[in-house]
Amino acid sequence: MIFLQNIEKSYVTGHQSLHVLKGINLRIGEGELVSVMGPSGSGKSTLLNILGLLDGFDSGTYRLAGNPMHKLSEKQGAYYRNQFIGFVFQSFNLLPFKSATENVALPLYYQKISRKKRNMMAEELLERVGLRDWATHLPSELSGGQKQRVAIARALITKPKVILADEPTGALDSKTSEEVMEIFKEVNGKGMTVVIVTHENQVAAETKRIIRLNDGIIVKDEVPQSIVP
Amino acid sequence: MFNFDTWQEIFYTIRKNKLRTFLTALSVSWGVFMLLFLLGAGSGLRHGIEHDFRDDAVNSLWLFPGKRTMPFKGMKTGTRVQLTNDDVTAIKAQIPGVEFITARYYVWGEFTVRHKDKYSSFNIRACHPDHQHLENTIMNDGRFLNKLDLEDRRKVAVIGSKVVEVLYDKDEDPIGSWIDVKGVKYMVVGTYEDDGGENEMRTIYIPITTGQVAYGGGKNVHQIMLTVGNASVEESQEIKKKVLALLSGKHLFDPKDDEALYVRNMVQRFQRFQNLFTTIDTILFVVGIMTIIAGIVGVSNIMLIVVKERTKEIGIRKAIGASPASIIGLFLQESIAITLASGYFGLLSGVAIVEAAAWALTKFSVDAPFFRNPQVDMNTAIAATLILVFAGALAGYIPARKAASVNPIEALHDE
Repeated sequence: MIFLQNIEKSYVTGHQSLHVLKGINLRIGEGELVSVMGPSGSGKSTLLNILGLLDGFDSGTYRLAGNPMHKLSEKQGAYYRNQFIGFVFQSFNLLPFKSATENVALPLYYQKISRKKRNMMAEELLERVGLRDWATHLPSELSGGQKQRVAIARALITKPKVILADEPTGALDSKTSEEVMEIFKEVNGKGMTVVIVTHENQVAAETKRIIRLNDGIIVKDEVPQSIVP
Repeated sequence: MFNFDTWQEIFYTIRKNKLRTFLTALSVSWGVFMLLFLLGAGSGLRHGIEHDFRDDAVNSLWLFPGKRTMPFKGMKTGTRVQLTNDDVTAIKAQIPGVEFITARYYVWGEFTVRHKDKYSSFNIRACHPDHQHLENTIMNDGRFLNKLDLEDRRKVAVIGSKVVEVLYDKDEDPIGSWIDVKGVKYMVVGTYEDDGGENEMRTIYIPITTGQVAYGGGKNVHQIMLTVGNASVEESQEIKKKVLALLSGKHLFDPKDDEALYVRNMVQRFQRFQNLFTTIDTILFVVGIMTIIAGIVGVSNIMLIVVKERTKEIGIRKAIGASPASIIGLFLQESIAITLASGYFGLLSGVAIVEAAAWALTKFSVDAPFFRNPQVDMNTAIAATLILVFAGALAGYIPARKAASVNPIEALHDE
């Protein structure tokens, strides 16, 4: 599903160049549930941004579902983000003036799907994440856990190839974190590829594979202890 | 591009920022309003001045004989130049480009005009049939003077509507009746109106030949007027020169002597006013456009703030796959919507105020000097709207481009 070879990335600020990713080689298969861990500055967020096509890379090869993702135009990037990728953010990033249904349906708006149809699909997904009764509520009327479930529903609605989650439980207490992780696991159980960036060991422990980053390179690629048979 | 979702979002931002949107809309409305107001005022001014010219043919030359102020071929200064019927004939015959020509012989002095038991004093002008075209006389009933009246020195008269009003009862038909002017009886053959005002309509026209004989004028005339068709200013000046040359030869005065024979060239005067109007119109238009530009800059400014405020939203939209074009469209449509709505409002109120002014001027018959019947040209109004839509798009485009180029990673971190 995801294939990375020798991905390098530097940020140039003024005269200084910051080498963030120093050759990442990674292969994530279909249906995997992967967590990416590492101290801050290790490059894990940059890696996720590159995976999510929010950021470009300097050299190397990135293929997503077999498609080369090098030097995409803004328009192509937007297309792949819409069709292939579902994002879940730490701060939820819901549009405050849209109801839960409308937020979930938004990606389909960019696929030119009719309002009626996409709202119907959104309601189905909300039901799946247990928020059927909250469909007409604005994000400000929802709890953190509920917001994140709306965000997950939004990421799922386009039936993407991969879900990318950036610290999805970072703003949640441990109980709701648990609920959110349950949803990720359930989604993964249905065959969806999920990549979660986190610094919480409990979260990582619930995934099936942990990739540890440090200083721009992968230092460890392991199966969590708890589920080692 | 225009669909329910986009409108919903535009209304959301507008609702969220009522005051800001209102102020922006106000500046655009005000710009359009001012433009139309100024153009309306300009047209009122133009119509006012044109109205003052309306009475007399604007393509005419007026010849006023006077006293010589320069000695010429033995003629001393202070002596009078006397034009006659022969001059009219000579000008008509010898100078090409003269369309209509008439002389005037005024009947001076204290006298009254009588019809049955009613009488009052009126102006008496003895003139040629062509006079009708010089003075823009509009016949109400009957006819104007004709050639036969002149040749036969008929005692006929054409009287203005004010004369009718004073001398006749309401149900009385003046045509065919008799009036007495200084002891001579004339049959009324026509009644007329004139845009030149009340005084023009208190005038009685009689054939010039009749007037000269009846009141001892010989062949003398007091004034000659002629029209030059649709001659340009230069051509009319050329005709003026020829007339001066002809008459100076006949009457012995210096053609440069303005007092001996003053020629008023209405073509040139009118042209001068036309030029003045073009200048005024241009100034008003420029001022109006500048006002609109100020409004447009306001919209642009607001849109920049809107983009700034919605940076995070743009980031979210980009992350879930909004194309740059759809982001541009979102902001472009918002600014076009604001400019269109407020521009349309300005258009309506601008047209309304101009129409109201026109209505009030007519209703209360205000006789404002140099101002009447202000109008907004529909083409101008439509052009203004189109400029506005275009400007609205332009005002939104730069901020929209900025929005589309927002880096989603940074945008998502924007709080």
